[in-house]
Amino acid sequence: MRHGKYPFIVGFLFLPILLYVGLVLWPYAQTFGYSLTDWSGQSQEMNFVGLDNYTKLLGDEVFLGALWHNLLLLAVLPVATILIALFFAFMLNVGGKGGTGGVQGVAGAAFYKVVFFFPQVLSIAILAVLWQAVYRSDGAGLANGALIELGLGDPQHPVEWLNDPNLVLWCIMGVLIWGGVGFYLVLFSAAMQSIPKDIYEAALLDGAKRGQTFFKITLPLLWETIQTAWVYLAIVAMDAFALVASMTPGRTYGGGPDHHSELMSTYLMRNFLAFGEAGYACAMGVVIFFFTLILSVVSLRVTRRERIEY
Amino acid sequence: MGSATEYNRRDIFKRAAAITVLAAGSGSLLAACAGGTSSNDSKKAGEYNLKDAKNPFGVDAKKGLEVFIFDGGYGKDYLAAFAAIYAKTYPDAKIDQQADKDITGKLQPRFNAGSPPDVIDDSGNKQIKLDVLAKDKSLVDLAPLLDAPYIDDPSKKVRDVLMPGTIESGTIDGKVYNLSYAYTMWGLWFSGKLFKDNGWTVPKTWADFITICEQAKAKGIAPLAHQGKYPYYINVAILDMIAKQGGLDLMARIDKLDPTAWDDPAVKTAVEAFFQVVEKDFLLPGTNGMTHTESQTAWNQYKAVFIPSGSWLENEQLASTPADFEMTFLPMPSLPGDKLPFEAIRAGSGEPFVVPTKAKNVAGGLEFLRMMLTKEASGKFAQAANSLTCLKDGVGPDVQLKPGTKSTVVALKAAGDKVFNFQYPNTASKFDEDLQNASGELLAKRITPAEWIKRAKESATKNKSA
Repeated sequence: MRHGKYPFIVGFLFLPILLYVGLVLWPYAQTFGYSLTDWSGQSQEMNFVGLDNYTKLLGDEVFLGALWHNLLLLAVLPVATILIALFFAFMLNVGGKGGTGGVQGVAGAAFYKVVFFFPQVLSIAILAVLWQAVYRSDGAGLANGALIELGLGDPQHPVEWLNDPNLVLWCIMGVLIWGGVGFYLVLFSAAMQSIPKDIYEAALLDGAKRGQTFFKITLPLLWETIQTAWVYLAIVAMDAFALVASMTPGRTYGGGPDHHSELMSTYLMRNFLAFGEAGYACAMGVVIFFFTLILSVVSLRVTRRERIEY
Repeated sequence: MGSATEYNRRDIFKRAAAITVLAAGSGSLLAACAGGTSSNDSKKAGEYNLKDAKNPFGVDAKKGLEVFIFDGGYGKDYLAAFAAIYAKTYPDAKIDQQADKDITGKLQPRFNAGSPPDVIDDSGNKQIKLDVLAKDKSLVDLAPLLDAPYIDDPSKKVRDVLMPGTIESGTIDGKVYNLSYAYTMWGLWFSGKLFKDNGWTVPKTWADFITICEQAKAKGIAPLAHQGKYPYYINVAILDMIAKQGGLDLMARIDKLDPTAWDDPAVKTAVEAFFQVVEKDFLLPGTNGMTHTESQTAWNQYKAVFIPSGSWLENEQLASTPADFEMTFLPMPSLPGDKLPFEAIRAGSGEPFVVPTKAKNVAGGLEFLRMMLTKEASGKFAQAANSLTCLKDGVGPDVQLKPGTKSTVVALKAAGDKVFNFQYPNTASKFDEDLQNASGELLAKRITPAEWIKRAKESATKNKSA
């Protein structure tokens, strides 16, 4: 059997590697290539322009603004989502009153788990429609309607949530967090359930309170899962395209009002499809690619800890 | 024609997920489609026998034809009627009829691969920009079509039977690349019933307009709604006031991205006059953040008196318009010292039909366009799509029109040759976007008219040199 081993392995790997190279690596390489041209995106003709697109990017205020918005998302989204998801996961799995039954979640934990996971089941298109109804700019919107009913809003001048330069990005962030918490809740729950109960029971016997068990036991044992979640969420923060493109004002792919919710991805798409500047858009794509890559590597390195076996 | 860009029902949501994938891949998936093989077999312009009224372009009767139209405000029902007309002459040709809301998504890869359809109605929010296509030499020069004999009367040429402005709106850098088929008019709209009930007369001057606005506001009806999520619409109103005040020369300078156009006192007069609707708080609450559907529906519910839009509005709002609404068109009211009369309107041909240079059946594509300009086809379009076409007198008395469309016919007759149309939405996409963003800010009272003008001038300067 020995001499047949390598052909056997190669036979299995050939197709996946071919697909990976053809559908992932090659397009990336092409994007790099196109980013050095003035390709319009609609024809087969293009000229080599060297690094012109990249120097142009550095002076493009809209792009720099978009980069800043992405960084803001990056700073807030993962932390907020993970904290909320962790809190809920802890409450649903081990946060309940100890009692005689040992370690358990709060009452109705199974029900809450389904409720929290629900946004994850809906497609992003439905989320966008749903939240547009919430953020609607007149009294018919859920948010404005509630404010007006409570006497906090003025029906003649309702809050124009998504058309308010100071609110629009936070509105989008709210939807992203709301939609993401459920998934990470389930992820963290699964990880928590694999922590042996006797560890908690031992802690309880020693008189540990909920907070102590969380910080001394749960958090350290969940570290690897949290790390993974952070990388995923960082990637979402670097993208976040669909919600901005569909919910915010703007000529094509949102980003408004007046670029106040512009992201690198929406600006990329507008240049690629609406402005016929595909070469320039590819340069943005390359920048996003490197940002995401560096972020993933850095976050995995920085958060690396010793693995705890149990 | 900015027309077409706007009146579709933006089905962004359906696309959003798919787009995410593309964006996440940094456009790499799209990029992968480019650089395919080309199969170019288009004819040179000189090879047509334009004396032959039957078949000037030398159509191969057996060769299939693929027609791809934008499925938007005008629907897609008219396509089958057109195909039937083509099939009458060429029964052996297999006609592939396609309709979609997303022209870019469906056709950009095919342009890149060098195998686009033979006729495209390149319209809608996801239109492939015509200036971009023309610059790439991807579109057939339609000069032979314009000089070909007119089917209904072979003694005339096609160019002689078109509405004024049709050829201009198809022209990019001196050549005609598209046949803008639907004839569209832009302006304000109101409900005839609402006017009758309140005893208002139709305002012809801006002062009268403001008076009616004040009366409406006093009665608790918001004077003006607009489709704030897409500032395209309110830009029609603002730019029309500028064009009327400053005249056609000023409009031409704006279209050419001449930065000094914005120093013209007419711009200041018009924008400051317009800004009264913001200062006097005439806007429908929340309208700045509304989509076209939300705002137009609110207007249909008599929550607002006026709304800016193009003449596709009636077809678009069919479902939510009350039967006795009496939708009526109103040209932008006049300011003192206007160079153009009150009756002057922005009008022109929209819905650009093009034939790609790399189409497999260029001759068939041109012939299809020629057949669309017959009275028969034009009438079919008016019936199916509630819109006039770019064919002069293209809608016979046998075609029943709805109130809104009827009011556009009256307004068009009153306007006579006082018809104007901005070209910059077609020829300067980035400038258009900057102007739209500025208008969004102006309507939200976050910038002043002076700042609006400054932004317009800056953008014109920037995009002129680019």
